[in-house]
Amino acid sequence: MGNQPFVKMTAIEKAFAGNQVLKKVDFDVQPGEVHALMGENGAGKSTLIKVLTGIHQRDGGTIEVKGEEKTYSNPKEAEKDGIVVIHQELNIIPHLTVSENMFLGKEKTLGRTGILKKKEMYQETLDHLERLGVTSIHPNETAGDLSVGKQQMIEIARAISTNAEMIIMDEPTAALTDREIESLFKVIESLRKQNVSIVYISHRMEEIFQICDRITVLRDGEYIGTEQVKETDFESVVKMMVGRELGERFPARTSTVGDKVFEVKHLARDGWFEDVNFHVNQGEILGVAGLMGAGRTEIMEAIFGAVKKKQGEVLLDGEPLNIKHPRDAIQAGIGFITEDRKGEGLVLHLSIRENVALTNMKAISDNGWISSKREAELIDDLIGRLHVRTTGREQEVKSLSGGNQQKVVIAKWLGIKPRILILDEPTRGVDVGAKKEIYHIMNELTEQGVAIIMVSSELPEVLGVSDRIMVIHEGKVARILPREEATQEKIMQAATGGE
Amino acid sequence: MKQLVTNNLSKLGPLIGLILIMTILGFMSENFFTVNNLLNLLRQISINALIAFGMTFVILTGGIDLSVGSILAFGSALTAGMLASGMDPLLAVFIGLLAGLAMGAFNGLIITKGKVAPFIATLATMTIFRGATLVYTDGRPITGLSDSFAFEMIGRGYVFGIPFPGILMIIIFFILFLLLRKTVFGRQVYAVGGNEEASILSGIKADRVKIWVYSLTGMLSVLAGIILTSRLNSAQPTAGTMYELDAIAAVVLGGTSLAGGRGRIVGTLIGALIIGVLDNGLNLLNVSSFYQQIVKGGVILLAVLLDRRSK
Repeated sequence: MGNQPFVKMTAIEKAFAGNQVLKKVDFDVQPGEVHALMGENGAGKSTLIKVLTGIHQRDGGTIEVKGEEKTYSNPKEAEKDGIVVIHQELNIIPHLTVSENMFLGKEKTLGRTGILKKKEMYQETLDHLERLGVTSIHPNETAGDLSVGKQQMIEIARAISTNAEMIIMDEPTAALTDREIESLFKVIESLRKQNVSIVYISHRMEEIFQICDRITVLRDGEYIGTEQVKETDFESVVKMMVGRELGERFPARTSTVGDKVFEVKHLARDGWFEDVNFHVNQGEILGVAGLMGAGRTEIMEAIFGAVKKKQGEVLLDGEPLNIKHPRDAIQAGIGFITEDRKGEGLVLHLSIRENVALTNMKAISDNGWISSKREAELIDDLIGRLHVRTTGREQEVKSLSGGNQQKVVIAKWLGIKPRILILDEPTRGVDVGAKKEIYHIMNELTEQGVAIIMVSSELPEVLGVSDRIMVIHEGKVARILPREEATQEKIMQAATGGE
Repeated sequence: MKQLVTNNLSKLGPLIGLILIMTILGFMSENFFTVNNLLNLLRQISINALIAFGMTFVILTGGIDLSVGSILAFGSALTAGMLASGMDPLLAVFIGLLAGLAMGAFNGLIITKGKVAPFIATLATMTIFRGATLVYTDGRPITGLSDSFAFEMIGRGYVFGIPFPGILMIIIFFILFLLLRKTVFGRQVYAVGGNEEASILSGIKADRVKIWVYSLTGMLSVLAGIILTSRLNSAQPTAGTMYELDAIAAVVLGGTSLAGGRGRIVGTLIGALIIGVLDNGLNLLNVSSFYQQIVKGGVILLAVLLDRRSK
């Protein structure tokens, strides 16, 4: 390194409506480097990328690409210079084939006739995938039938087909299974060898320390610093991100575990899971680990009445519950924080007030009439207790950061005073500071005797937060481990079907 | 600040549009701003407004109801038939309204339990209900209705000089306004339209909400039909043809999003007024009904385009 950087951004400034979101930010990427861009939600990462690719125009500073000063007015122009962004929400048209997606908008045709040269596109798709070392995708497959991980590969292949020299990946692993993450890393490795630069935006520390060369940290729109991954460690990066010592990553568990309150017996659903048995005690956190697709979410949905179960019993205080609709579960005192916050947890264009009220209608209404006063009191109390950072209860949840949106979802469920709370990937896409706050809330709830079931794909989180850990493998409970006995290795072994 | 202004501007847009159109028509025709004409206008819009109120609920849940005109026709014919056979007018009206409720519920059941897209489901029932009307009436108007005071009142009556259908429409407007704003049901309508999945997982029985919304629309359509029947003192088997379009136009002009979850019933009232004012004013100006359609369609298009701009 030390050569000419591929991209060099210097003293970038950007303000929206008087609100300075980027303050003299420097950022440079060397050819063939994997460079992590880190910071809490709202630190300015995405704005920086948008300024680079011309979605936003900068107020100050310079952008150089291969030593030449550049200003793009839209992402298409940036793409011509080899800068491609792969967004978290993939740009794949599900009904089209892999190769049709690859060549979308730049189809190869016979002259100007509009007749497609299918064979040629097929072959090129194959070549590009091969260049990435991907052999498991067939160009004629329907893209929508592929897993998210494979769809992502199509996007990466599409990027290199346009001779991309720098690929910006925004939270690329958020929806991937462990195995898919592995293949993504292999692809990144081969791109690096072909001198393609990667900008890697992620909240997942483990990954960043595994594959990145350098880390640049932003905080509140300010440039904090750039470090060589080899010369830094987890704690210092977190400190750079939050601006203070965060202390222990997982707060110590303080509640005393009581008697059994909730039990699931012989739960089954054809093709998804069978004979699932487990229980949770009062004040306990039961972590649920397993590979993606093992059936963890589906089991929780069945307990909650969101999908039909084929057989099995759900018991609260030893009494069987008859749950046919989420409403029945809620009435029994079960809350469910889903993994898909935007798709299933919130009505995005409604206010915090309206969202939180959805699960709490009983508490704030009489005979179907809502009491605005009681509603306001309840919402203010909940957003205060959870430290939701907001301009007030009327703010649209769409405009909140990921961590704060998650707190609104939690607020929805605290209102019903749940006895059992199911959290599915509660900290996905949430920054470090907010993560810790969420762990604190979970601790507080268990102190009040709430039993928590937490599904998580992050092993450190499962190990750090749970009292007991249940591992699911292909729709069956593979193992239940007390916290003291659990290790990453034991969990992985059980999750992959080993003994 | 700027956002606040544009936000309020887009909420006020329909009202500004209405005032603009009324001002222009006021200048062009001296008969427009007369008490008589304005009261007339109130009566004229009441039928479309009632249907459009129901349509607002349906569209807020992310649906659409194309069958309102046919429901109106069947409900009217049924009520008229019972009246002609000498049934007590109030009982006949009550049964007619129940029939509207049932037809709406039928729509709702097909959409929710049968999982048919609202557009397709109500396109089919539009044809079915129209056919049922033709069968029931044998394709002929039903005349010789009751000469009871109560039934005449519904469409032709005046209270303190104000047309009764207008009063009825305004009372129902306030009831529905409160229903949407102040009740759990209203909140559920917005939630289901905004994100059905999230609503169900929050314990809302989305199917039930939808069935009620279509039922309400069915009943309001028949109410509109009864006003029409009372005014004409007869029920036409072809009554209400294309009424769904004016109702949808009123909702859209009022700023309610066809994607569901966003909108206000006040907007729909203003939308219905815009359409009514155009019809009324263009009539006063003796514009041929052929041109009227072009103007009306143009105004709708313009309104929607302006709305896009401001977003």
